[in-house]
Amino acid sequence: MEQLSTKHLLGIKNLTPEDIQLIFQTADEFKDVINRPIKKVPSLRDITIANVFFENSTRTKLSFELAEKRLSADIVNFSSSNSSVKKGETLLDTVNNILSMKVDMVVMRHASPGAPHFLSKHIDANIVNAGDGTHEHPTQALLDTYSIRERLGDVAGKKVAIIGDILHSRVALSNIFALQKLGAEVMVCGPNTLLPKYISSLGVKVELDVKKALQWCDVANILRIQLERQHIKYFPSLREYSLYYGVNKALLDSLDKEIVVMHPGPINRGVELNSDVADSENAIILDQVENGVAVRMAVLYLLASVSK
Amino acid sequence: MQNRLLLGHPQLAITIGRLCQQLIENHQNFGNTVLLGLQPRGIFLAERVKERLESFTGTDINLGYLDATFFRDDFRRRDSPVRANATKIDFLIEGKKVILIDDVFYTGRSVKAALDAMTAFGRPEKVELLALVVRNYAKHVPIFPDYIGKKVNTLDNQKVLVEWKNEGEKVDEDNVWLINKEG
Repeated sequence: MEQLSTKHLLGIKNLTPEDIQLIFQTADEFKDVINRPIKKVPSLRDITIANVFFENSTRTKLSFELAEKRLSADIVNFSSSNSSVKKGETLLDTVNNILSMKVDMVVMRHASPGAPHFLSKHIDANIVNAGDGTHEHPTQALLDTYSIRERLGDVAGKKVAIIGDILHSRVALSNIFALQKLGAEVMVCGPNTLLPKYISSLGVKVELDVKKALQWCDVANILRIQLERQHIKYFPSLREYSLYYGVNKALLDSLDKEIVVMHPGPINRGVELNSDVADSENAIILDQVENGVAVRMAVLYLLASVSK
Repeated sequence: MQNRLLLGHPQLAITIGRLCQQLIENHQNFGNTVLLGLQPRGIFLAERVKERLESFTGTDINLGYLDATFFRDDFRRRDSPVRANATKIDFLIEGKKVILIDDVFYTGRSVKAALDAMTAFGRPEKVELLALVVRNYAKHVPIFPDYIGKKVNTLDNQKVLVEWKNEGEKVDEDNVWLINKEG
């Protein structure tokens, strides 16, 4: 297969395993490109991409922007904080106005789940979901699984524990879909209050004890406590969360095996992850960041090449 | 129209041998010369050329693989996209004489893309092009090989297929075919 089965990247749920493998194989070549002295290729030189961010983002936005520039695309950046959205303009009007400026692709982050899906039904450009509320964050899941493949050789058959705030995490949902499509076993672990009620219906194991989860897995993907999305108290205090669910060196040393530690960032150091683990040999957190650019280059390149 | 054998055994081996002798004539001991096989099909020819050159000269010769997919000028203009292959160049080409190797030279656009792709690895002293088969009267750009195995006249609805032994397919020996495309 040489072409994605979809014109948009709205979520991992819409991708086939073959799509994911094609993205990985293409990302391998882009990773080679970004490690050369000249880190740029002319593939998207005739394409304009709008980065439309209705929610704050640092690393995802930077990573997309860098990927776009490495592919020689023209870029327009939009953030809602200093835009007409503040004046009451609708999402569709905002994006249509941007598209009137002859934009070919839209990379969008929005607080509402399904916003990119809604947009894909109304506009002709390729749409990349850069995170829609607590729903999906497909490129994060792709770079996470790509990083596992890079470190362990393959994703199939590996045991991956996703630990922390599953309830508010779009990264968790996208990772579950991606890992399962690639043949990995998935466990979620966190306090009961941060586990969605129907999570087991997704075919994942559920564990409340972090040590048991770590003992079971080959890879631990530790999620950030998303205080900005928590409008009620889900646990007594950050100190208590750290005590029961924080991953530290002592905890890893107590296991009888080595595991790979991941984190989508930004890390709340000392809460879900201690510095003695985040900065250790076990952690592939900075590899994830580097792979993020290569994977996003692959996604943009492959979507742009989908026959209209 | 029947498919036609352009080069079979032993003519193909003799042709590769002759190309190698021409290269030796111009590059002597290959002290400052490297080979770059163009992905995806040129690498098999490049491996055979390297093998023959090393047996003739008794020296180790650098061989790399160059993929020009991201530098092509027909992106979003083709019916189906070209899949990227690995670029593997473990040596510097800055100041070196580079011999680009491809199995079939057709329009020249792939070679143009390869020349662009190569700039990421340095500025060579000189670049030459070797092609096993040249399709006459088809080039779109002012580029032409310096070393040619065989020239053939072809139609647009034909393609040249170079089959290499041990390439994963069930091929008993190296052959070059002129194939009539379906439709």
